[in-house]
Amino acid sequence: MLRNFLDRIKPQFEKDGKLHFLHSTFEAFESFLYVPDKVTVSGSHVRDALDMKRTMITVVVALLPCFLFGIYNTGYMHFAALGQTCEFWPAFWFGCTKVLPMLIVSYVVGLGIEFVFAQIRGHEVNEGFLVSGFLIPLICPPDVPLWMIAVATAFAVIIGKEVFGGTGMNIWNPALLARAFLFFAYPSQMSGDAVWVADAVSGPTALAAMSSHTGNLPTASELFWGFIPGSVGETSKFCILLGAAILLWSGIGSFRIMFSAVAGGVVMAWIGRLTGSTDATVMQHLLSGGFLFGAVFMATDPVTSAQTNCGKWIFGFLVGLMAVLIRIYNPAYQEGMMLAILLMNTFAPLIDYLVVNRNVNRRRKRLQAVRSQVENA
Amino acid sequence: MKEKDMKRQEKAPAKVQSPKPSGEENRLFSAKNLKLLSRPFGADNPVTVQVLGICSALAVTVKLQPALVMAVSVIVVTGFSNLIISLLRNTIPPRIRIIVQLTVIATLVILVDQVLKAVAYDVSKQLSVFVGLIITNCIVMGRLEAFAMANKPWPAFLDGIGNGAGYGFILIVVAFLRELFGSGTLLGFKVIPESFYQAGYVNNGLFILPPMALIVLGVIIWVHRSFNPNLIEK
Repeated sequence: MLRNFLDRIKPQFEKDGKLHFLHSTFEAFESFLYVPDKVTVSGSHVRDALDMKRTMITVVVALLPCFLFGIYNTGYMHFAALGQTCEFWPAFWFGCTKVLPMLIVSYVVGLGIEFVFAQIRGHEVNEGFLVSGFLIPLICPPDVPLWMIAVATAFAVIIGKEVFGGTGMNIWNPALLARAFLFFAYPSQMSGDAVWVADAVSGPTALAAMSSHTGNLPTASELFWGFIPGSVGETSKFCILLGAAILLWSGIGSFRIMFSAVAGGVVMAWIGRLTGSTDATVMQHLLSGGFLFGAVFMATDPVTSAQTNCGKWIFGFLVGLMAVLIRIYNPAYQEGMMLAILLMNTFAPLIDYLVVNRNVNRRRKRLQAVRSQVENA
Repeated sequence: MKEKDMKRQEKAPAKVQSPKPSGEENRLFSAKNLKLLSRPFGADNPVTVQVLGICSALAVTVKLQPALVMAVSVIVVTGFSNLIISLLRNTIPPRIRIIVQLTVIATLVILVDQVLKAVAYDVSKQLSVFVGLIITNCIVMGRLEAFAMANKPWPAFLDGIGNGAGYGFILIVVAFLRELFGSGTLLGFKVIPESFYQAGYVNNGLFILPPMALIVLGVIIWVHRSFNPNLIEK
């Protein structure tokens, strides 16, 4: 029935049709619902089932555990702070009322802008925002006013993405850019010692407690399973590892970046511990805040991270290192993951450039060695 | 709309004095940035096209009032330095012209600074070092080198005023947006009603920080170029 409907309205979007100016919108919806039947006619092309749409959907699936747990935890924290125990479903339901509007706002605003730009510029609508729009609510505290999310999403999509030419051309991860916008524009809402726990009750996040040397640090198991206040998606490290497993199994997330980011974090946390600059153990550093979430879902963004394999190791390691470095030595920022990833996004092209040039030089040397051998013989 | 206003403002003096036919001027637009710079008439904005004076555009645009004062100061300095150098242009030995130009600019800037201190001490404190730094503002030097050294006093004076005004206009637009969204005020008066704040509106802290001035400038350049496709670099 849907197919028939699409076929019936299709002529209007074709060339010379009445609604031709909306044709990329139409195509986006059509290919979202059905596999397109267009086939290349001439020449040979390498075909792979793993197109952008499939990639993006896999990432969304990998994010689902975090998302579902985030919803539950939002409700759980609410009732726990009020001193009530509660069943699973009421907590889940309460979380839905908080988190789902965030998701809807982020999608509506972001996709709306993407569609408008696609119409004006006459290019296809890209699937890139499916993931960004899903990530944005996950990396915000659940009490951020919805209009702020709308403003931040608009900023991230326009300034972070469309200015550079849309999906695939952006320098910075759009979702992180949205968070950075919120962080600098509305600092009191975003993190620190007064983050939302429940309506009208607020408490410090684990990282704020860590940097101010007060309050009780959550235990490692609380940090791991995620029954702590924080941004929606980042609290449960278990769900993040689940998502990481999906990304690694499907080969979409780069294991190089994930592992080297964790390694960088471990090294820096260990140095901090050794020099007595931080009270937290290495384990607590790894498990608290958005460290793992960033390492698994944000640093591995194929567009904004380094492209070369060697570059990925360097990129990931520096992300982990910088994140913990900022946490320990900069009292103004309790969480360094966002800034670390954005900073390394900026440097990713430079890393790639150096890696590629080193390879070129090595090969040139090898060539010269062979040549001189031949001449000598 | 704003961009169009600005262009009218910029083009008006250009047409009066431009010795060249308008066909020549059109080709000017398609030339690259460097060529524009070397032409006696950029006929366009020093900030958004030549990308000069960015530094002070970031520093003094948090509030509208300092931006206004800064704009007037720069207009005075560019106008009169162009006039003076143009009067002296036949007597300045080419080898030491930069030093002569700098002396003239520095004298004018010190004059402006002293006047500000006498008349508007508070604003002068807010602007602090940036009035003194007008000396290093590339727009002033650029207009002297590119225009005043080769043209008669009256056109040179108008060119100076025009370029100073073009710079000031961008400054005021950026400052307007930054003060409105960053502090919710304009010239120190509350503009955003209290009911907005009670409804949950919060001032945007990012607009107070210098990076936002860069982004706002970038957006202005974007809008400007989409109105005027000739400016887009190939």
